[in-house]
Parts: sequence; structure tokens; C-alpha cells
Amino acid sequence: MHPIFTSIAVAGPETVITLGSLAALMLGTFTAKHRALTVTSLFAVAILALAGFTLLDAPAGTTRAFDGLYVADDFSAFLKVIILAASAASVLLALPWLKESGTGRFEYPVLMLLATLGLTIMVSANDLLTLYVGLELAALPSYVLAAFHRQDNRSAEAGLKYFVLGALASGILLYGVTLIYGFSGSTQLDTIASVVGGQTERSLGLLFGIVFILSGLAFKVSAVPFHMWTPDVYEGAPTPVAAFFSAAPKAAALGLMARVLVVAFPGNIAADWQQILIFIAIASMVLGAVAAVAQTNIKRLLAYSSIANIGFALVGLTPGTPAGVSALLFYTAVYVAMTLGSFLVVLQLRRPDGSPVENMADFAGLSKTQPKLAAALAIFMFSLAGIPPLLGFWPKFAVFQAAVASGLIALALIGFIASVVAAFYYLRLIKIMYFDEPGVPLATEGSAVNGAMIAACALFCSPIGMLAISPLAAATTRAAAALFPN
Amino acid sequence: MPILSLMILLPVAAALMLLTLPGADAERASRARVVALATTLVEFALGIWLWASFDQTTAAFQFSENLPLFAPFLNWSLGIDGIALMLIELSVFLMPLCVLASWVAVKKRVPEYMAAFLLMESLMIGTFAARDIFLFYLFFEGGLIPMFLIIGIWGGARRIYASYKFFLYTLLGSVLMLVAMLWMVDVAGSSDIGVLSRTDFPKNAQFWLFLAFFASFAVKMPMWPVHTWLPDAHVEAPTAGSVILAGVLLKLGGYGFIRFSLPMFPDASAQLIWLVFGLSMVAVVYTSLVALVQQDMKKLIAYSSVAHMAFVTGGLFALNTQGIEGAMVMMLSHGLVSGALFLCVGVIYDRLHTREIGRYGGLADTMPKYALVLLFFTMASVGLPATSGFVAEFLVLLGMYQTSTWATFVLTTGIILGAAYMLWLYARVAYGKAAGDDTRAMPDLNAREIAILAPIIFAVLWMGIYPKSFQDPMKPAIAAVVARLEGRALATVPTDMTLSAVLPALKSPANADKALAQEKLH
Repeated sequence: MHPIFTSIAVAGPETVITLGSLAALMLGTFTAKHRALTVTSLFAVAILALAGFTLLDAPAGTTRAFDGLYVADDFSAFLKVIILAASAASVLLALPWLKESGTGRFEYPVLMLLATLGLTIMVSANDLLTLYVGLELAALPSYVLAAFHRQDNRSAEAGLKYFVLGALASGILLYGVTLIYGFSGSTQLDTIASVVGGQTERSLGLLFGIVFILSGLAFKVSAVPFHMWTPDVYEGAPTPVAAFFSAAPKAAALGLMARVLVVAFPGNIAADWQQILIFIAIASMVLGAVAAVAQTNIKRLLAYSSIANIGFALVGLTPGTPAGVSALLFYTAVYVAMTLGSFLVVLQLRRPDGSPVENMADFAGLSKTQPKLAAALAIFMFSLAGIPPLLGFWPKFAVFQAAVASGLIALALIGFIASVVAAFYYLRLIKIMYFDEPGVPLATEGSAVNGAMIAACALFCSPIGMLAISPLAAATTRAAAALFPN
Repeated sequence: MPILSLMILLPVAAALMLLTLPGADAERASRARVVALATTLVEFALGIWLWASFDQTTAAFQFSENLPLFAPFLNWSLGIDGIALMLIELSVFLMPLCVLASWVAVKKRVPEYMAAFLLMESLMIGTFAARDIFLFYLFFEGGLIPMFLIIGIWGGARRIYASYKFFLYTLLGSVLMLVAMLWMVDVAGSSDIGVLSRTDFPKNAQFWLFLAFFASFAVKMPMWPVHTWLPDAHVEAPTAGSVILAGVLLKLGGYGFIRFSLPMFPDASAQLIWLVFGLSMVAVVYTSLVALVQQDMKKLIAYSSVAHMAFVTGGLFALNTQGIEGAMVMMLSHGLVSGALFLCVGVIYDRLHTREIGRYGGLADTMPKYALVLLFFTMASVGLPATSGFVAEFLVLLGMYQTSTWATFVLTTGIILGAAYMLWLYARVAYGKAAGDDTRAMPDLNAREIAILAPIIFAVLWMGIYPKSFQDPMKPAIAAVVARLEGRALATVPTDMTLSAVLPALKSPANADKALAQEKLH
């Protein structure tokens, strides 16, 4: 068989999503207008599920394809499961919102499919160019999605802001790629690793390359100091889109970051990128915690929360050890459930006049008017705050355990203290919901699908979810081992 | 039978049931009360059974269970020794009384209230029963959530401020401890408390580890100067919340010291004795003086709690058998007595809806039964012989005297000051003239209130007259802790050095002259 066919077979999920997105475009065009959105969305979910099934069939171990540009291993498989699940949830949760807002166009699920395709390519990238292609493929639909609510000025502003800053970040990243290519002679991660490993002297050019690449990636994961776009885009973009931004792309970009740093820059140079990561992690944790205290808009609050959480996740990457990468993956898996759950609750609520809820004061007394949703949101908030026995404590535990095991005790201390500051604003929402008297009685959207997803996420984040620790940790350990061949 | 798991999970199951009770509000409320009372009584029965079948001759963990449920992070590993047993007994004893105390006082969201209390009970039992250090942390921290909600939802006027202060203060203390735990487990290679208690950590590491744990336990205890969350939390919490806070939650700090700090960091404990003694001395004198000027009854008792807890820390860091035993009895006694005092305040608060001391008076005439009960608990708090308070204070001072005479001297003044503020409180509330007609019209104790207070009177007397029943189960466990301390602490810190280690702490104003004289001698 021609090698290209073997390669296509290895890239199963990507192939399925590519063909599926084209088919979805046709399906949407030729379906009656009032049904187009629902039909296309369900089709997109089916495609994502099918892509997930191809992962089951994948051969064990590490398989390279497309002449080493692409790699399928346990690491990419684990992240793809998270990405596909988060994307499918993001497609589903948007349905009621899109129908109501009058922007219910079928392009939404198609764009989501294309973005997801980019994300899956990102986590399988074994070459800086594949990485760039995946990143851009994910970014372009995201810009459009951010501006999807065309009539709304804020949405258009969010799209434009995201696009301009995103393009800048891509440029920086690409510049880093050229530097690394210039100083190592290759764009393939393994080759770079062998060249870097052979060097006895520190190469300033490579270092600059790493800094530029890390800057570009930090933008994608919205880590400080490249986080500025996040609160504005989350606030302006349609809420389902913000939910999507906070989940799948973060997982993919974190995975990408881990693969690039661990695979391509091991050994001596690791100490250099470690310093950068420590700075990024501390800055994100602290700024995410402190800046969120003054927020009154729930979407902005969640934006700062995701900045802080990315900081915590990056703590796992700093040691560059298998335990650390495993903790990072564990963090990603739990974080995606927590953030999607929080956004789902926000989406599920409606003010009496039918408008969406954004102001935190609107949640006053929610525990009396909507006790179930309030309980779910309380679980997500306590979980995001990292209070045991909720599941959200254990990812923090895992990353700091890895950090302490590598002697990064100061980092762990700062991180935990930042988490206490962060607890303050998570508690504020709980205080508003449980301690304050009801203001406007909020109604629910009444979507059973979203309700079920909220229940599933809440159950996962509750203490019962602790039963998932063992299987999840086993999976992350296996996935992390794929990055450390020796 | 996995009795510890059963005791932990039963209240959780009952709490979940309460939250999903069907029916109208009034119906739900009355059902919730009955379910909560039944559950806590079953827990109490299980607690009695636990005590009855406990082997008092060994320091080993009993009723052990070990399931690798949450590997690789932690194990569901349970087991109790005598110290944990007695604190579990205290918890299950106070819980039914808390439910009864809230029977009519709590009117809004009753099922949620009872569910929060049941969760509290399960988390407290879990804290004492955990044998895995991270399982301990899980229960230890988890207790913040229900307590936050209890203070915040059912508390008084400044409940929100108090709930935040309580939550963030204790959380900040605990995260430092968590970092230390992560490091210890990384070094020792096991998260089992038994293994960690036998691990000899390097001395300089012990110093920092001790301080990290100290940050957490000192806040929980609470020790001066990090005690300020306690009066706020107490004043704003509902009566039963105060009882649990004083009765059991404050014991977590002392339990932490004896379970972790002393056996795991024996060298640092001996080295930092001056820190603990110094803070304890300041706490006793300072908080007793503060208690004297309080106008709010709950605040007064809260400050007296801080003073009593200083006796606990003093006794523990005497680093000998009497001191530690006295500290343990003090914890049990304080749990009963200050819990009962909060219940007494609750009784008159339910009638007059104020805790201001000046609004009462002459209760000895209008509420004779109540005045008698209050007198009894006042005396128990002061430490009158034949009450539990006497045994506790006597043992603590006896133990401390061997380590530091000066610290003992200062702590003893606390007994006098304690008598001053408690008796003055009693005089203002029970004697004199009633402050108003509404005060005069208050009815005496009813049957439910007597049923709540009588068991505590019984327990206080039992502990005061025949403390052996309570000390015996703890003896082997305490002996193990002392052996751990003696093996090294005394080898590295001879008695005279221990005394000189205490010297810096003696430079508190009360002893400045004496310390100066000592220095001149050298």
C-alpha cells in the first residue's frame, strides 16, 4: 500500500472529522432552513463520536505518519478523547442558545468541527510545521465563532480583538519556529531533540526560539502575560462559544506545550524553559486570583478563573517529569469538566424577560429559586476553588505533588496561597446564591440535554467523582509515559 | 464489620436523603428533624459499641480498614487509637444534643440545616479515623464547607463576614500544611500516618515542617494571635453551630498536634517549645482579660475557649505523660463544658433574642432550674474539683511544672482570671434584678432543654470524679507519643536546656524582671 494510505489510516480521527465537516456543510446547505441547525449539530456530534471510535481501533504504542510530521500515541489519544468530548458537549450546549438568539445558523457546528480538527492535529503534531497548521486551523474558525453573534457589537469586537491578537501571537510563534529551524536544522521534534542533546554549549538562538514559541503558545492557553484578550473575548463572545474556548482549545494547547517542551528540548536546555514556565505559572495563578476578585460579570469571572487554572496546570509541566506531565493531563481532564459545567449552568439560566444571565448579582438567592442549579454551581465553585473532598482539589494536589517531588517547594507554596485568594471569589458566588435574599427570580432554559450534562459534570466534580481518580490517573500515567521513551 | 466506614458514610447517606425529602416545607422540616435525630442516635450507639469493643491495652490502630480506592493519590485507610476514640466519642455524644438544640430554634431551610450537620459529623469522624495523611487532610478541610454554610445561612447579623473570615483563615493555614505533607510523603515514600510517625526526618527539615503544620493547627486551635476568627464565628453561628465549633472543631488543632507535630517532628517540638509556651502564656492572660470586658455572652465564652485551648497547647508541649494526658482531658472537658455553656446561652437567647449580658439579671429568681444548671457549668469551666475541668487543669499544670515552672506560673493565673470572668458573668446574669419585664417573664427550662443538658452534667461529673474511664483508653497511645519524644527529644535537649529554651518566652511583660535577673546571673 502506498505510504500515504497508511498515514491516513493512522490519522483516523482527523480523517473522519475532515470528511465529516465537508459533509456537514453540504447537509446544512440542503436541509430546510428551520431544521438545518439541529440536523447539522446532531450530525456534527455523530462525527465527533465516530472520530472517538477510531481511537479505540488505534494500534498500541507510538505510530508516526506523514513522514514523521504526525504522531499517534497514548498522549495524543488521551487528549483527543478530552477534546472530542468537550467539543461535542460544546456543540450540544449551544443549541438552545442559538435557536433563541436568532443567529441559529448551521455554520456554527461546521465551524466547531473545523476548529476541533485543528485541535486534534495540534496534539498529534510531531513537527513545528504541523503544529502551526493545527494551530491556525483551530484559530481561524475560532475568530469567526467569537464574532458569531453578528448583530451584537460586543461579539464583533470580541472577534476582531481575538483575531488581531491571535494573528500577532501566530506571527511570534512562527518566528520562533524559524529561529529553531535555523539553529537546529530541523523542524521535527525528535531531530531537534537529538541536535539539542548533542550540544555542549548553550545556544542563544535556540533559547530565543523557545521564548518566542512559548509566547505564542502562552497566548493560546491564555497564560499571563499574554492573557489580556481572555476576559474581553469571553465577555463579548456568545456564551456557548466562551464555553468552548475555555475547554477544548485549552486542553489541546496545554498538550501541545507539553509535547514541544518535553520531546524537543530535553536535558540541559530544560532548565531554561523551566524558568520561563515558573514565571508564567506564578504570574497566571496570582493574577488570575487577584484580578477576579473585583469582577461583577460571571463570564469575566470565569475567564480569570481559567487564567488561574492554566497557571496551576502549568505547575505540572514545570518539572518536566513523567509525574508532572501526568498531573498536567489529570488537571486538564478535570478542569474541562468543571469549566464546562459552570458555563452550562450560566447558559441554563434566564432572566424573567428571557435575556441571558451575565451579572453576578442576578444569582442572588438562586438556592431558593433554582435549588438544583444552585447546588450544581456550588459544586463547580468549590471544586474550582480546590476544596477537598471535591474532585477539583485532586488536580491541584497532583500538580503540586509533582512540583514538590522535583524540589519546587516555593512554587507550590505560592500556588497554594494563590488558591486561597482564588477561593475568595469562588466563595463570593456561593455567598450570593446561598446567603443573599432572592432578587429577580431566574427561570431555566428547560433544555433536558443541557440539564443532563450539568448533572453529569456535577456528579463528576462532586466527592463521588473521586472514584474516578484511580482509572484517570492510570490513563494519564500511561499517556505521559508516551512522551518519555526511555 | 467496617464500623468506621459505616460511621462515616451513614450520616452522608442520611444527609442525601434529607436533601431529597418530598413534601411541603413544614412536613419536610419535621421529617428532617426526626431523621437527623435518629441518625445521630444510631451514630452514638455505634460509638458506644466502638468504645466497648476497644482494646485498651495497645497503642496500635484498631478497627483498621484499608482500601486502595483512590490510588495513587491516597488510600481509604482508617483505624483509631485511644486518642482518636475519645474524640470520636465526644463528637457522637454532642451531635444528638446539637440536633435537639436546633429543634425549634432553626426555622428556615431545616432539611438543609440538618444535612449540613450530618455532613459535619461524618467529616469529623473521618478526620479522627483517617490513617492516611491525605485522607486526614481531605476530612480536615472538607469540614470547612458545611461550617461555612451553617454560619453563612443560619447565622446572625454579621454572618457573611464571619463565614468568610472562618473559611479563608483556616484555609490559608491548611495549605501550608499540605505543602509540608506533600514533601514528607515524597521523602518517606508512604502516606500512612503510622509509617510517617516512625520516620526520622532531618532536623532542619523538621523545623520547617513543624512550622507549616503549626500554621494550620494554631489557626484551628485557635492560638493567640490567630484566634480572631473564633469570636466572630461563634457570635454569628447558630447555637448548635457554636457547640460543634467549640466542642469538636477546636479539637482538630489539638488532635493535629498530638497526631502529627509531636511524633513526627520530636526534635522540632522540643526546640520550639518556647514558641508554644510563649503563645500559650500570652493567650491565657490576654484572652482572659479580654473576656472580662465582653458584653456579649457568646463572645465571652469564645474568649474563654481560647484561654482553655492555651492550656491544651501548654500541656501537649510539656512533652511528658501528665501534660499530654491533661491536654487530652482538657479537650474532652472543654468540649463538654463550653458546648454546654453555648447551649445555656442558646436557651435564654431563644427566649429574649439577645446575647447582651446587661439585658439579663435575676434569673436565679425567675428561672431557678436554669440558674442551677448555669452555675454548674460555670463551676466546671472554672475548674472546681469534682468537675472535669479540675482534672484537666491539674494534670496540665502538673505536667508543665516539670518542663517550665515559669510558664506554669503564668498559666495558673489563668485559672484565677477564669474564675473572675465566669463568676462575674454568672453574677450579672443570675443575681441582681431582672433588667426588664420581658426578662422577668421568661419561662424556666422545658423538658427538651433539660434532656439536652442533663447528659452533659452527667458526663462532666463522671469525668471529674472518675477520670480513669476516659484516661485508660488513651494511655497506651499517649505512652507511644511520649516514647517517641523521649527517645530523641530529651537526648538532644536535656532538661536544663529545655528550661533555657523557654527563657526567651519568659520575656513577656509579666516576667520581664525575673528574666532580667536571670540574665544578670549569667
